[in-house]
Amino acid sequence: MEDIYADALRGLLEDCCTLRHVREIEAGGPAGALWEAIEGSGFANALLPESVDDGAGLTLADAFALLELCGRFAVPVPLAETMTARALLAQAGVRRPGGSIALAAGPLDADGALHCERVVFGRVADWVLAQVEGAPSRCLLLPVDAAEATPAVAPLDAGLRWPADALAAAPSFEGGEALRLHQARLLAAQLAGALSAVFERTLQYANERQQFGRAIGKFQAIQHQLSVMAEHVFAARMAAQMGCTAGDAPTLAPDALRAAVAKARTSEAALEVAALSHSIHGAIGFTAEFDLQVYTRRLHAWRQAAGAESHWHDLIGTLLVDGRFERSLDLLRAATDPVAA
Amino acid sequence: MSGALSSLSMTAIPPEDEALRAPVRAFLAEALKDVPAPVRARSWSGYDGAFSRALGARGWLGITLPTEYGGGGRSAFARYVLVEEFLNAGAPVGSHWIADRQSGPLILKYGTEAQKRFHLPRICRGESFFCIGMSEPNAGSDLASVRTRAVKGADGWTLNGQKIWTTNAHHCQYMIALVRTSGEPEDRHKGLSQLIVDLSLPGVTVRPIEDLSGDSHFCEVFFDNVQLPADALIGAEGHGWEQVTAELAFERSGPERLFSSIVLFDEWLAFVRTEAGRTPSAVRLAGRIMGQLAPLRAMSLAVTRKVAEGGSPVVEAALVKDLGTGVEQLIPAAIADDLYGRAEGTPVPLELLLTLEYVTQVAPSFSLRGGTRDILRGMIARGLGLR
Ligand SMILES: Cc1cc2nc3c(=O)[nH]c(=O)nc-3n(C[C@H](O)[C@H](O)[C@H](O)COP(=O)(O)OP(=O)(O)OC[C@H]3O[C@@H](n4cnc5c(N)ncnc54)[C@H](O)[C@@H]3O)c2cc1C
Repeated sequence: MEDIYADALRGLLEDCCTLRHVREIEAGGPAGALWEAIEGSGFANALLPESVDDGAGLTLADAFALLELCGRFAVPVPLAETMTARALLAQAGVRRPGGSIALAAGPLDADGALHCERVVFGRVADWVLAQVEGAPSRCLLLPVDAAEATPAVAPLDAGLRWPADALAAAPSFEGGEALRLHQARLLAAQLAGALSAVFERTLQYANERQQFGRAIGKFQAIQHQLSVMAEHVFAARMAAQMGCTAGDAPTLAPDALRAAVAKARTSEAALEVAALSHSIHGAIGFTAEFDLQVYTRRLHAWRQAAGAESHWHDLIGTLLVDGRFERSLDLLRAATDPVAA
Repeated sequence: MSGALSSLSMTAIPPEDEALRAPVRAFLAEALKDVPAPVRARSWSGYDGAFSRALGARGWLGITLPTEYGGGGRSAFARYVLVEEFLNAGAPVGSHWIADRQSGPLILKYGTEAQKRFHLPRICRGESFFCIGMSEPNAGSDLASVRTRAVKGADGWTLNGQKIWTTNAHHCQYMIALVRTSGEPEDRHKGLSQLIVDLSLPGVTVRPIEDLSGDSHFCEVFFDNVQLPADALIGAEGHGWEQVTAELAFERSGPERLFSSIVLFDEWLAFVRTEAGRTPSAVRLAGRIMGQLAPLRAMSLAVTRKVAEGGSPVVEAALVKDLGTGVEQLIPAAIADDLYGRAEGTPVPLELLLTLEYVTQVAPSFSLRGGTRDILRGMIARGLGLR
């Protein structure tokens, strides 16, 4: 069943989300046409119950392949985030607007404004579902065009600041404390896709690039680097899948341990795989024109977003040291045994 | 290949197998309650025949072998649960380890009916221990170049040569040896066969080798005109290479490759849980190690699923082993940095430091035994189509 959805999304992205489109949007071009194509396909509603709109009723675990594709195609709009945000809004009984929705968190300033410093996809999203820090269970749905935007480090991201009166008008619901976990596991799944894309491109390059009269992939040193990449890519993919297993429709509630493992392991892999891929590509991979950088810049950006690995290691470590686990094995079991439905 | 590997997906241990965990854990808690951590940390190399027989009496050896041969007739997941508990408790599994994991399944797969009837029940009772005679002084990674030779005569085989690094040969009744039965070492894979060698026969000399931590678990084994019966041959003559390859897939899958340092990790964790032991960096380190182990356990379960379904997931197992031994080696290195990076005068229990010392010394072997890191990476590269 998932494969049918994944094949359809892949087909759509092959048409309307080529690297040319990605580069244009990253360079400041409008994202509206891409979002319209995605909206028209219905994928943004994949996690909505079948009874709602054109919901597909998928669980997050079912949708893993779709989330991964968002990373594999470097989709420059928050499709994965919108799927989850819409499901959360539906669950809370809040009216869902059209358009794409990014996830964020930030504190209230002294003047009552909400300030989210680094919103992933903040520059291209229509809406932001924001958790108000200090009021950890409160979540607000805010229009991006009501915010004052400042540039962020990654080209698709933005700092956003909403004045107090914009907050007053915003639809809201209680239960936002899990937003960070949602974001972590969605980024982990997208990292898994981007990691596979980098790995496959690097493998192909190693088979094509000739030096000393043979393909560089024939050199044992290069073979071993590719083997190490494969290890990281597959471990990260498994971790990202784990992140999407606990908590499913209708609650969607993420499991903190699994989300933490997912984001931590994919972030670790991002660093290793980015470095190895550039090493194997030599100078060409260092150019703007060559496509590798479209992915490796994302590996770094997503590693850093929603908490780099140490942030999540702290959480896992605290669960292990303070938690109910008699042995480390019991935490491993809690993280890896598929959850009974 | 990415296809083959990305098919690794989360796998549940069936409830009937998971149900083994509580009784095994209770048994181990009682059996090991007085054993100090530095001894438990020797789990793989801990030789204790009586302990193995006690496991056999409970039906916990040869659990995947058919019941008609004395086995448990259970799935690879049943063994997974047992082994995971054994290693995490630091049980002395060294005596039966190889027979349970490799030799029993090998005999079941390739042995004659008579070999199965003779050996498998003894393995399941913990009465018969096996060792692996693959390595030789000049055939380590390059196994196809073995020189130990068996010559076929009217009523059996005459065996001459030498094996080395043979774990627990001095405690075992039998060795399954990879030998040349025809051709020359230059013929590589051709002409290799596997023989079951009764180590009590005249002409067999076993000499233990002391390792750098002072333990003697692996040995040199010399064969001087050893006379073996005709039915010492296991499987088909000349098919030793493919049999050994299948055997190594048993050896490289499973939880064996994740938990070599886990007794140390849990001992350190007990310290970090104390007021004196807890620091933010120790908590972070605990998370870092668990964050790597958790996906590996999920991958190793997925590999077990493939084994349970009759597959031989050689490349996947190599991938898990290489990453797994990496974490096994990270654990002592990072714990040493944590404990010896603290302010002078922090009271760290001596037993923890002794456990750390032992694991630090033996850690290099984790990525040697069962195939070195380079050999595994070569296998993965082959799976990627690079060679
Ligand atoms: C604790 C322990 C228990 C063991 N138990 C057993 C046992 O019970 N039975 C048994 O038969 N053996 C056993 N072994 C032996 C083990 O399988 C070998 O040590 C291993 O296969 C490596 O062989 P070697 O030591 O001869 O090293 P070598 O093969 O000489 O390798 C030395 C170095 O060269 C590298 N190398 C070799 N060939 C290549 C290549 N083609 N490409 C790249 N690098 C290469 C290796 O990776 C390694 O780094 C045991 C070893 C240990 C440490």
